[in-house]
Amino acid sequence: MEGSSAESALSVSADSIRITDLTQDGDVLTFAITSQKLNSSAGVCVFRAYEDFEWLQQSLFSQENVPGLQGIIFPPLPPKALPLQSNMQTKALKQLGFLALGQDWQGYCKALEFYLQQVATHPTLFKCKALDSFLINSESPGKQRGRKGIFNRLSQAVEEMRKESHKDVDNFFQNERNKNTNIAALSKVATEKLIDVVMTEQKLALACGHFSTSLHLCVNQDDAAAVAFSKVCLKLSDIIEAVKQNFEKVASNNLTTLGLGLDLESRYQEAEKEMLFRRTCKLIELETVKKSTEKAKANKREVMEEFQKAVEKEFSLISSVAKEEIERFHSSRVNVLKNVLIGWCEQQLNTAKECAELYSQHLEACRNMYSE
Amino acid sequence: MAEDREPPALLDASHAGSTDPEDGEDLFVSAVSKMEASPTSPAEPIIISSSNGPEPEPEEIFLDEDPDDLFAEATEEVSLDSPERQPILSDGPSPAITPVTPTVTLDPRVSEAFARSPDQDEDEEENRDAFDVQISVSDPEKVGDGMNAYMVYKVSTKTSLSIFSRDQVSVKRRFSDFLGLHSKLASKYMHIGYIVPPAPEKSIVGMTKVKVGKEDTSSAEFVEKRRSALERYLMRTVKHPVLLKDPDVLQFLESSELPRAVSTQALSGAGILRMVNKAADAVNKMTIKMNESDAWFEEKQQQFENLDVQLRKLHASVESLVCHRKELSVNTVSFAKSSAMLGNSEDHTALSRALSQLAEVEEKIDTLHQDQACNDFFMFSELLGDYVRLITAVKGVFDQRMKTWGKWQEAEMMLQRKREAEAKLQYANKPDKLQQAKDEIKEWEGKVQQGERDFEQISKIIRREVGRFEKDRVKDFKVVIVKYLESLVHTQQQLIKYWEAFLPEAKAIA
Repeated sequence: MEGSSAESALSVSADSIRITDLTQDGDVLTFAITSQKLNSSAGVCVFRAYEDFEWLQQSLFSQENVPGLQGIIFPPLPPKALPLQSNMQTKALKQLGFLALGQDWQGYCKALEFYLQQVATHPTLFKCKALDSFLINSESPGKQRGRKGIFNRLSQAVEEMRKESHKDVDNFFQNERNKNTNIAALSKVATEKLIDVVMTEQKLALACGHFSTSLHLCVNQDDAAAVAFSKVCLKLSDIIEAVKQNFEKVASNNLTTLGLGLDLESRYQEAEKEMLFRRTCKLIELETVKKSTEKAKANKREVMEEFQKAVEKEFSLISSVAKEEIERFHSSRVNVLKNVLIGWCEQQLNTAKECAELYSQHLEACRNMYSE
Repeated sequence: MAEDREPPALLDASHAGSTDPEDGEDLFVSAVSKMEASPTSPAEPIIISSSNGPEPEPEEIFLDEDPDDLFAEATEEVSLDSPERQPILSDGPSPAITPVTPTVTLDPRVSEAFARSPDQDEDEEENRDAFDVQISVSDPEKVGDGMNAYMVYKVSTKTSLSIFSRDQVSVKRRFSDFLGLHSKLASKYMHIGYIVPPAPEKSIVGMTKVKVGKEDTSSAEFVEKRRSALERYLMRTVKHPVLLKDPDVLQFLESSELPRAVSTQALSGAGILRMVNKAADAVNKMTIKMNESDAWFEEKQQQFENLDVQLRKLHASVESLVCHRKELSVNTVSFAKSSAMLGNSEDHTALSRALSQLAEVEEKIDTLHQDQACNDFFMFSELLGDYVRLITAVKGVFDQRMKTWGKWQEAEMMLQRKREAEAKLQYANKPDKLQQAKDEIKEWEGKVQQGERDFEQISKIIRREVGRFEKDRVKDFKVVIVKYLESLVHTQQQLIKYWEAFLPEAKAIA
């Protein structure tokens, strides 16, 4: 049920985790998750709903006896999806960003899949029992409420904001905090701008579709002249149809590679931000305790000093875990972005080549037909 | 083809004579145009280039004019270099304003003089390689300041046809000159059934921006749009075998000085009269109920109605396409900027470079989008717009036919009345009035015959014009489709280059 800090390793291979299917029943989405057992060739398949993912995340947050837990950058869980698509486009966009734009929920499933893989490959988190039971128990974790665990949402309270800008004692962390704030904001903006581009591309595809259909309606067979004109219209209709399909492909490429990549980067930057914030809060706590200890009357002093030492130890653990996490994060994100950019470029290049070929064929055909 | 296969009776000198008094009665301002040079002046290069030898007799051609012409003063006499050509070109309203007083439309003679025989034109059409006129409109220049400013365009004609006096000629024209040309052509040809290509539309908003001197993209776009429209207008006009030979057209293209066409201004007397015209036409349309004996015309009219609707729909579709492309361009630039900023803030060198490259690729793609948007616009949107306006001209010509029929019927009615009057006089025994009545009957018989001939003539011409229109329409669209495909292929090839350049940058991220 709850995650405990047992030395249990994951019983399935992290690389094999896949979300293979999605079923929709009214408002509820159910995901089929498959994985390979480590010590046998058996495969496992379980069915989970979004609440189960949330349960997993909460379990990760609320693990006990994990030193410096708060210094971990927790893989970000994609937000909950609204099942109704087209008519709630704008609302879905606000919530889900790119994940709302894909067809057949592909992007969303991929994002969830990636989340599970990230958890399963994390040097600390993979040990969490909750993960194992999430992946192999035929029964879903149900509506169990795990312990509240650490607060993972930065609230908008003014006090929180003030804490966020609290000066650090360590240059490394101060730098990291600054960079993170900057990049988190920029990648969010970039993601939003790309969403705009993809949506316009989809609109263009629609407009092409209308144009193509209108051309079809111009067909009539009344007399020879009308027939000749109809042929021309039909040809143009085919061409515009090709243009439409090109837009759809380009939009889809943008979405599934760069879009999801930027979305992931953006969410990960937020996750790092939350971790750094937790550490900063601990720092503030430490500084507060130090001040209190200094001011304490002699009889309370010893107790305070003990307490202070404990907080110092916590803070130090968090900081060291955080440092490792940060370095790990930096290298992995560069890798992820590299693959994203390569994938994006290759897909767009392929689409461009196919399209060029198709247009050339049309051009050839037209030139032959129309040479008179 | 024998040019004289079907010479309408109008060419007969006798008829020319009999109709003249009519003209004199109505105080016409005569527009005289002599088409041919006499063979004795070989220096005159205005001979219609054609394979047929003998030219029709020099004729006087009159344009109907309203005696109450408010702008008789707008009529300007132009004497061209060649003394043989003395057209007095009128900026007056189209003959449609001519009130119900029966007048003979002499213009079929105009068409004959210009067009010779119908078959000859078809000949020339088939020898399209003989049609060798290239017109370009370029170098828009602003002249003057403030609200009195106007744009002047250079009109260059390159041709090997001998009706032009030179192979290459360039003249400067302003927008109102084009409108003036169209107004003249419309008044000469529309009511005998020729589809006169409509001139580009006025745009008060667009022009005001340019006058006021706004140097932004929207005024530049407007000027380019207009320039292109003027060029297409001229090309369409000269592609018409009859209009090509019109002296007004030739003068427009060749003459360095052109009298200002003042009556084209929207608020001029002519402009107001045009509006009155249109209202009168509309009323006429409702009152003339034509007995269509020819199914072809009925079908064609229906077809054109349908085509009008379809074209407008297509035009709307393309406009939406152009609009979205512009939006895409804006969004692409915005995205490029945001990824450039990301690249700048990125510590990792190779990733930073890749992100900056990403920004550049997106910017280049944006340029492609803009070009493509232009192509969409100019190739399709303007083409469709042109055709929507052309269809209005076609419908106008059908209406003219209806009017011509109406005139013929009126003449029939008058003849009937005169005959009845004569019969009455027979009984009343007034010999002097009887003679007059008999004369009038003869006169009206002539008019009835004329009316019938006019009607047949306009019907024939319309059939031919519609055939030509339909052929041209298919050709125009084919040309545009090929051009559009070429632009699409080009864009894709550019895109491929950009992606291929970006790929190594992405792969180089350590």
